[in-house]
This record gives sequence, structure tokens and C-alpha cells, in this order.
Amino acid sequence: MNNLRRNVLKGAGSAGVVGVAVMAGLLKPGMAFAAWNKAGFEAKDMAGALSAVGGAGATASGDIVVKAPDIAENGAVVPVEISSNIAGTDGIAIFAEKNGFPLIADFKLMNGAEGYVSTRIKMGATSNVVAVVSVGAKNYKAHKEVKVTIGGCGG
Amino acid sequence: MAEPMKIRATMKDGVAEVKCLMNHVMETGLRKDAKTGQIVPAHHITNVTCEVAGKKVMDAQWGGGISKNPYLAIRVKGAKAGDKVVVAWTDNKGDSTSAEAVIG
Repeated sequence: MNNLRRNVLKGAGSAGVVGVAVMAGLLKPGMAFAAWNKAGFEAKDMAGALSAVGGAGATASGDIVVKAPDIAENGAVVPVEISSNIAGTDGIAIFAEKNGFPLIADFKLMNGAEGYVSTRIKMGATSNVVAVVSVGAKNYKAHKEVKVTIGGCGG
Repeated sequence: MAEPMKIRATMKDGVAEVKCLMNHVMETGLRKDAKTGQIVPAHHITNVTCEVAGKKVMDAQWGGGISKNPYLAIRVKGAKAGDKVVVAWTDNKGDSTSAEAVIG
């Protein structure tokens, strides 16, 4: 009960701070962010999602490591770690082939960020987790199969 | 109203590792409510950015396929202890928040 109270208080505090920042023009909502790739994220098949991020012609590469569990008991939370050892990596996109919306995330990396991203994704069914790495105008990909015992995409 | 997020940045072998944990429902828009049978509308983070020492190092776009209460870790070369790290997100309903930490 005390925890809840603390969270409520903290939440109220931070909203206040953000609100003030918005008013002062420090934080412009929506302005600082790149436009959302609606076509890519709402593509229902892998081919559509791949081409929407420009990864249709990606070549397979052994220099990309997709780290994910062999078997995920809970498809709602599948830890995924992508490391690219290709010099000049400036983007990593993550896909789950058989999800309702295969494109999960598209990261652009710059100013010293390494070709590394670690996060947790949802998987609706056993399928490949695919990483598409962009290096300048070139694209490379790698994948790993994850067996899902309980899907995490509802339905 | 966006809940606060947790963020931590540490130096390891000359590379800064930024980890954060956000509070978000991350609804895909595909799930049906078990009680009503209605589709739960999509509500998820769409954009996440990370700045280190005032320079943008990551600009990400997310779909609903990221797990609820998202976890994110990235590594940044050329950063040093004491640099300020800012992570910010916005969602498809226009909600947004940011958090900052100092690399330790």
C-alpha cells in the first residue's frame, strides 16, 4: 500500500516537471522524434515489414549475433540481444517472423553507439527472431529460432 | 500520465552501458479483452531517443512487439564517467516522458 502511494506521488511529481518543461518550450512533444514508420509496423507479413525498413535485399552475415533463448516459456517476455561486429553499424531492426506485426523495433545508432541493442520482445508463436543490421546503404541479417510454448500476443 | 522510468549508466572497459526500464502497457492493438471480447486498442511507445553528453546516440522506433514495461540497453563508445545521459520516449497517444542519469 505504501509502495502504491509512493508511486502515485512520484508520478505526479514527474508529470509536473514535464508539464513545466513543455510550457517553457524545452520539450516539444513529437518534435524531437523521427516520424513513425507506420507502414513497417503495421505490415502483417515479414516481406512487407522487411521492405518497409529497406531490408528486403539484406545479405546473411555471420558477424551479427542474435542472442535469444532456445525455448521461451512465456512469449510475452523474450529477452533478445543483438550484437553486430560489422564496423560502421548504424542501424538494427528486430523482427519476429510469425508475429501479427513482424516488425518490432528499428534502432538508429550514431555518435559512438555500438552495434548492440538488448531488449525484451513479445512472440506470438515459435519462429525466427531476425535482426537486420544496416551499415551505410548496405543491409545484413541474421536470425535465431525461438520456440514459444505460450504465445504473448493475445488473441 | 506517464510513469517515471528507471535509468542507469555505467562505464565498463571504456564503453558506457545505458540501461533503462520504462513503465508502459505496450498494447499491440491485436489483443482481445478476456471479459468483453472487445479488441484492446493499441497503446504503445513509438519513439525512443537517447542522448549522451548532449549528442544523440540512438533514435529508435518501436511497435507493440516490445514487451510490457520495456527494457532497453545500449552501449556507447567515447563517453566518459560524469557525462549526462537522457532517455526519452513518446507513445502513440502523445504521452511522453524522459529520465536522466550520470555515467558512473
